[in-house]
Amino acid sequence: MEPLVIVGASLAGLRAAEAARRGGWDSELVVVGEEGHMPYTRPPLSKELLTKEAASLTDHLLPAQVEATWMLGERATGIDRHGRRLELAGGERLAYERLVIATGCRARQWSGPGAELSGLHVIRHAEDALELRAALTRGPRLAIVGAGFIGCEVASSARALDLEVSLFDIASTPMPALGPLLGERCASLHRSNGVSLHLGLGIAALYGEHGRVRGVELADGTRHEADLVVVALGAVPCTDWLADSGLDVERGVRCDATLTVDGDPDLLAAGDIAEWPHPLAGGERIRIEHWTNAAEQGSFAGRNAVVAAAERQPYTGIPSFWSDQYGIRIQALGLPHLGHQHHVVEESPDGVRLVAVAERDGKLVGVVAFEGARRLPFYRTQIGGPLDLGSLRTQLAEDPKAFGTSAVAA
Amino acid sequence: MIKVIVDLNLCQSHGNCVLAAPDVFELGDDDILRWQEEVAEAKRAELEEAVNVCPMTAIRLEE
Repeated sequence: MEPLVIVGASLAGLRAAEAARRGGWDSELVVVGEEGHMPYTRPPLSKELLTKEAASLTDHLLPAQVEATWMLGERATGIDRHGRRLELAGGERLAYERLVIATGCRARQWSGPGAELSGLHVIRHAEDALELRAALTRGPRLAIVGAGFIGCEVASSARALDLEVSLFDIASTPMPALGPLLGERCASLHRSNGVSLHLGLGIAALYGEHGRVRGVELADGTRHEADLVVVALGAVPCTDWLADSGLDVERGVRCDATLTVDGDPDLLAAGDIAEWPHPLAGGERIRIEHWTNAAEQGSFAGRNAVVAAAERQPYTGIPSFWSDQYGIRIQALGLPHLGHQHHVVEESPDGVRLVAVAERDGKLVGVVAFEGARRLPFYRTQIGGPLDLGSLRTQLAEDPKAFGTSAVAA
Repeated sequence: MIKVIVDLNLCQSHGNCVLAAPDVFELGDDDILRWQEEVAEAKRAELEEAVNVCPMTAIRLEE
């Protein structure tokens, strides 16, 4: 029996290794990781690692007691599927029985005018966060390009450090994953915390002098000075190394419902990189770049990797994610961005806590809560089912655990 | 029986464990986690999932 090989030594890879062992894999297990670190958890990279002076990567390593051979600092360059070998940058060829692909994503860089300037930062790896933290202590004016998860969390962290923060996005609201109604709430959150928001206009260029960035130029020609720019334009699946594999990697690694890679039952994929059909998206293939998805899919792929293809279970987990901004925890279940309409159904009298539902074709496709973790189980079982807003509101009005419905417009 | 151990110093009340194993974990009205300390073997898969999805790796299982 050749080893089970897992490519990618982050959360999904670690969970895959653990699940494979739990599933009875007692032969050799190898985890190959490009970063030189044992698996660590990434959410603190845009938060604690930026704001806490004493924070270090060591605080955020994931417990990894699984029995495995860790090949760290090793980059995979290809798969010889016929010979069942994983090819590494150093020329080594690693035989595999089954292979789990969990190489995740990399940060999308700014590719427009000014890409060559110094003073541009992205956040993906621990080193990125530590470099940015060092740069932030020099007290600069910070411009953030992109108001998704990373952009919004960096804005929150930078305000905690009392920096001058401008946040830019071509979209008209931040946090597109939440849908426009809650995006508007996020915008208020940023404004009330002193962030200068510039929405609805594209970035024409990052401009600079003497090779160093000096600010952001918008599509309407206005210029906004900055000493430092964080580029938070989303992430790109790390599929380059699979270009010659013959697999469909156009939008990620294309899988079936069991996370088995299309066209090769010896390969599975998990986490940010996996594109798989989801019932909530009407069976369309989606990719999800959130922590919980990597954790769940990792263990699913690990379990499925050690059984025959016919015995593999479909992964049908309901997506969930969270983001912490200005002391407010934003959480979501399902796919709220797919909603055609969003409705606030609970709101505390002070307006801090709220729950909103996302509706698409009469179905409940997602739920978003602000400071509302304890309310999510109530909605969890309803996701994917029909949404009867009237009866939901009646039910909530009588529920003493609901945050309040009187302030919520019917 | 499986023993469920949660380090409340680490727990940040994300509630991922509640979604994974709703019969075992619960967030109270104070947002603090409550849980059953001894759980039947039949719930093993749910408990393992709860351990897997805890962002703070605050949950441990013992036999």
